[in-house]
Amino acid sequence: MSFAIKKQGDITVVDVEGQLIVGNRQELKQKVLDELEKGERKVLIDFSQTGYIDSSGLGVLVSLSKKIREQGGELRLANLNDDLKTLFELTKLDTLFQIADTRERALESF
Amino acid sequence: MPSGRLAVPSEIRMRLEIEIPSDVDYIEQIVSLVQRECRMLDFPARACSLNVPVALSEALSNAILRGNEGDRARWVRMRLCLDSTLLVLEVQDEGQGFDLDECTEDPTEDANILREDGRGLFLMRALMDRVERFHDGGNVVRLTLRRA
Repeated sequence: MSFAIKKQGDITVVDVEGQLIVGNRQELKQKVLDELEKGERKVLIDFSQTGYIDSSGLGVLVSLSKKIREQGGELRLANLNDDLKTLFELTKLDTLFQIADTRERALESF
Repeated sequence: MPSGRLAVPSEIRMRLEIEIPSDVDYIEQIVSLVQRECRMLDFPARACSLNVPVALSEALSNAILRGNEGDRARWVRMRLCLDSTLLVLEVQDEGQGFDLDECTEDPTEDANILREDGRGLFLMRALMDRVERFHDGGNVVRLTLRRA
């Protein structure tokens, strides 16, 4: 499991490879906070290579959403598979995040 | 029958027991092992990819971080029992336990939606058919999922 960060214009794209769970959530949080510290304000997290997310992982996404918004930035999520969509729907976090079906649509939405 | 999988006659029951130190870095390996066993016994794909990994991850995380307070000297025991009708997972820690009936906060309410915590037990209940807690030489959380 790892987090790959790429730049697409002025958008920071984070690929979550593997699981987003209690054991690695802080790594994701720190990587995104580091980007915010550098002045980046548009963040896209892509879950196309993600297995499952636990409540700690969901909590980190909520935390990042708040921090990015506080800094005047924007967060988008993309490529949730059916399992992940179910998780977001169960927890009603689908109402909190802007979620796109594809990376391209997420990039266009900024 | 899909290649590499077993039909599950009603008389076959699989049991597995694992003990780990209280370290969250073990969670992914344990979950992966249980997923593999569920797939081998042809448990429904959705259960293998969503219900089981998320609910088990939550139970292990609670046991390690809350029950055993992250103390690596304290152990977490996981038991899996799988047959043609049921999946039962028991996660045992060395803590005092908690009252499930008191944990009723709904993380989907507007007042809670921005909280970073409080979704673990909710997800276990949402993804399993039954969540129980009892004391049996340690604090045990039992998750039960019926084969769909």
